[in-house]
Amino acid sequence: MSTITDNRLGGRSIVFGDSINTDVIIPGRYLVSIDPAELATHAFEPLGPEIQAKLLESPVVVAGKNFGCGSAREQAATCLIGAGVKAVVARSYSRVFFRNAINTGLVAVECPAAVDAIQEGDEVWVDYGAGTVTVGDTSYPFAPFPPVLKEILEAGGLIDHLMKKFAKEKN
Amino acid sequence: MGKSFAVKALERASGQSDLVPGQIVDAYPDLYMSHTATWRCIKTLERMGWPDLFDKDRIAMVMDHISPALTAKIAGDHRLSRGFADRMGIKNFFDVNAGIAHVVLMEHGLVKPGNLIIGTDSHSTIYGALGALGTGVGFSEITAAWVTGKLWMKVPESMRIEVKGPLPAGVYPKDVMLRLIGDLTADGATYYSIEFHGSWVESLSTSERMTLCNLAMEAGAKNAFVPPDAETERYLVEHGVDLDKVEPILPDADAHYDLRVDLDGTTLEPQIAVPHNVDNVVPISAVVGTKVDQVFIGSCANAKYDDLAIAAQYLKGNKIAPGVRLVVTPASADIMARAAADGIVTTLIEAGALLTNPGCGACAGSGGAMADGEVTLSTANRNFRGRMGSYDSSIYLSSPAVAAASAIRGVITDPTLVLA
Repeated sequence: MSTITDNRLGGRSIVFGDSINTDVIIPGRYLVSIDPAELATHAFEPLGPEIQAKLLESPVVVAGKNFGCGSAREQAATCLIGAGVKAVVARSYSRVFFRNAINTGLVAVECPAAVDAIQEGDEVWVDYGAGTVTVGDTSYPFAPFPPVLKEILEAGGLIDHLMKKFAKEKN
Repeated sequence: MGKSFAVKALERASGQSDLVPGQIVDAYPDLYMSHTATWRCIKTLERMGWPDLFDKDRIAMVMDHISPALTAKIAGDHRLSRGFADRMGIKNFFDVNAGIAHVVLMEHGLVKPGNLIIGTDSHSTIYGALGALGTGVGFSEITAAWVTGKLWMKVPESMRIEVKGPLPAGVYPKDVMLRLIGDLTADGATYYSIEFHGSWVESLSTSERMTLCNLAMEAGAKNAFVPPDAETERYLVEHGVDLDKVEPILPDADAHYDLRVDLDGTTLEPQIAVPHNVDNVVPISAVVGTKVDQVFIGSCANAKYDDLAIAAQYLKGNKIAPGVRLVVTPASADIMARAAADGIVTTLIEAGALLTNPGCGACAGSGGAMADGEVTLSTANRNFRGRMGSYDSSIYLSSPAVAAASAIRGVITDPTLVLA
């Protein structure tokens, strides 16, 4: 699980279109694994090896609307974490992908204005504390995470959040 | 202003009152379903150090996606799940012979009106067919619910859909849903609770309501809902539910809906979702004659008893076209037994169908794969690229009637032309 140590995450971006579905992000045949590194080798496999290679060099995934539509498979988020993705910036998400991202500790923000501005390869920085996506010299605001989701994200995901809570209760 | 079904259901599940859409609450589901993902939940529980379970009677496990096991790894995952259920005294464990989780749970009386049900499957929206709030989540969330009994949920806005019936001959609830998904698009209902109202939906069987609520997910819905009524009570009693223990939730008569959608079903043609997105929907006339290599009648959307009966009605006395594979995968063991008892199975086999064991089958990529360039016409709910074998193959989606008629002709066929 990726632990967020800094509010500011980012780097080179890879850009996708609208309604990128979970079967494209991680095909069903690979769900026999929950290992992020192993899953990462199959992330976006239906789109071909060039896209897959580019993903590994891109800590920021940028997408249009309805990113992650389709299945409830949590590995759609973990395969991105395994590939070194630090943040996803999209016009919008499918409901269950968004949940899975937060619950596995992957920063996923909705920021249509930033998506409009980003060209593939641009450096993109997401400051989820400040609520901004920065592209070049311009920062675009997004609605901040509700406190409960921010807590989960900062713990590195839902399970780590619970484990920390249980450990605290014990002491 | 009155409250929608979803607001009232989440008020009950969270113990809070006066909820408004957009609010995030801790909700306590009545049932946590995990399917083939169960082993992932157990591994997560192990990572947490095996904390106590909140309520083992709210846990339901169904080995449906890859059944029977295809590999030693999967057999091991099944064994882990089976052993865990046995050790923990989880009574609602359904093994590889049971069928698709959603249908199995409803057939076993585990889904009741007014319930909040979460499942490791996006099509958990189907539980709305019995007036429950069902929604899909990841396996970490199911594991968290096993331990804490709760999860965070956003109170959704609501959409009211009303369809004018009756439908023409050869047109079915699947066609209505494909048309609605095409019109709404794949994210048109994202985060919405969809409520189906009106005299047409009241006239539908519970099985047909399952098709509506199942497919609502493909427009992005959080959950779907059909108001429970006399038909719901009939289904519940038939499946062993004590009606005295059921507390249905109905939306207020003056409930607020953020969106209202009306569809005239009386002039609808059969509808087809063409590759590679479910909202890529055209009337059948636009694709009639498209060659198919395989026809799949299966999935939680359309492999229930009445779906098989409709397919058999078209296939009786006919043979499927040479070179076409027709794969039929009943949704559950109970459905398969009924279809065997009344001759449907024989009709399908005599027509040339390959009948498989109940479960998700080819819809989840377990068998029924396609080679490069091939085409499948499927009664399932998803046509994403590469879902059934080659990344260079294509999936079209239709009703069981279109599927059966097309298997006979070997090309996409309007069912009204076959059943004279």
